[in-house]
Amino acid sequence: MNELAALYRAEYGRCVATLTRLLGDIGLAEEAVQDAFAVALEKWETPPPNPGAWIVTTARNRAIDRLRRESTREARHAQALLLQHPDEPAEVGPVRDDQLRMIFTCCHPALSPLAQTALTLRLLGGLEAAEVARAYLVPEATIAQRIVRAKKKIRDAAIPYRVPEAHELPDRLPPVLTVLYLIFNEGYAATSGPLVRTDLCLEAIRLTRALADLMPDEPEVLGLLALLLLSEARRPARTGPGGELVTLAEQDRSLWNRELIAEGHDLVRRCLRRNRPGPYQLQAAINAVHTDGDATDWPQVLALYDQLLAQTPTPIVALNRAVAVAEVHGPAAALAAVEGLELPGYHLLPATRADLLTRLDRPAEARAAYDEAIALAGNHTERAFLEGRRAGLDARP
Amino acid sequence: MEYMLAVHNIDGAPQLSPEEMQNAFAQVDRVNAELQSAGAWVFAGGLQAPETATVVRVQGGATTMTDGPFAETKEQLGGFWVIRCKDLDEALAWAEKCAEACMNPVEVRPFQGE
Repeated sequence: MNELAALYRAEYGRCVATLTRLLGDIGLAEEAVQDAFAVALEKWETPPPNPGAWIVTTARNRAIDRLRRESTREARHAQALLLQHPDEPAEVGPVRDDQLRMIFTCCHPALSPLAQTALTLRLLGGLEAAEVARAYLVPEATIAQRIVRAKKKIRDAAIPYRVPEAHELPDRLPPVLTVLYLIFNEGYAATSGPLVRTDLCLEAIRLTRALADLMPDEPEVLGLLALLLLSEARRPARTGPGGELVTLAEQDRSLWNRELIAEGHDLVRRCLRRNRPGPYQLQAAINAVHTDGDATDWPQVLALYDQLLAQTPTPIVALNRAVAVAEVHGPAAALAAVEGLELPGYHLLPATRADLLTRLDRPAEARAAYDEAIALAGNHTERAFLEGRRAGLDARP
Repeated sequence: MEYMLAVHNIDGAPQLSPEEMQNAFAQVDRVNAELQSAGAWVFAGGLQAPETATVVRVQGGATTMTDGPFAETKEQLGGFWVIRCKDLDEALAWAEKCAEACMNPVEVRPFQGE
């Protein structure tokens, strides 16, 4: 039942987050939700009108059955919690969203950065360990172990399941933003399968919007939301009728979502007024330039990348900046800028070099770079795009 | 939940002057009083230097004793608090106060349940 697989993907995170509040334990919540999906697989001819609510109710009933059979301390504790909340309990605090609670728990500073992202993608994004592993270019066993350890630490060290108070946010917010950005990115350029995982993009936007409602005075939250909206706005134009990749320069701008662009631009202007630029606001500003008017103002993009590179001097930023360098100062200057960058396993470094070498009329080196990029590209849309470019080299006179 | 807040002394770190030492003691006393009035205090104590330690091993019915700490590492346990609180966030907030008061890093570790 394909429908059920899609539903599992869409509802898993929401259901686990709610069950975690009801049971007080992530492990028990996951078991209960998996039980409920097993029941659904048996019983459903077609999904009920509100499948998420069905799963939560079934999971709660299955959890009660399971807990009655067990007599461990955790089971007694969880049972007590369930009895306290026989129906949906009244919410406390400013946020009516279990997933926000979950994201702050997953991104708790007592967990390592890799554990934070792995756990969030698993528990909120519904990704399997193998998919998380591909997104992070690390072995699957490593990710699986990190997820298990992090869940054990949350339980055994009693990492709370709550949204932090206002005075705690400056410390607690940055890892949450990083993780939301990574989820969107995984959706926008999926590491395997088709190019875009719309569900992940929309999930990241939904969570970021909830965060922006909670923290309207945090410019980096607004910056991240603007960045995601402006990227999402261009999604309909990123692939052609056959699912093939279309570069920014060749995109049909009439396909862009004007509403999202207007909202994104408005957020960027709000950030500019606050004048506390951070990495997400700068990236949002770059995307605002890309989506302003009929053509990109590349010198302005380059100026923003210079500012971004000064704030976050990472090889990924340097690589993206090189694309703007090529537009402003030509491919030779850009090639010099990517020389010496080290991004093992990242296909966009050789792909960028291949493009620059093609423009410099050095086809043999360009072909070698395309070969390298194709071998590393995980999703077939990007691979097909790169193969097309490589074939274009052969067709040249 | 109960947590141990273990104070780690780093061997070879610059010694505190007598005034700084007095200051640290006074600060630790104040945190202890705060822990007690918050109902979080279970037990606390400072330890003598690692050289005063003795390790006892029982193997196959035979007992051996060795002089000195279990592991000759640069960081040694210098003292600890045992506190009772709701969750890790509360324990971490106390650990911050404790680390500042005793001027050393503090490791927070949950106790096993009953």
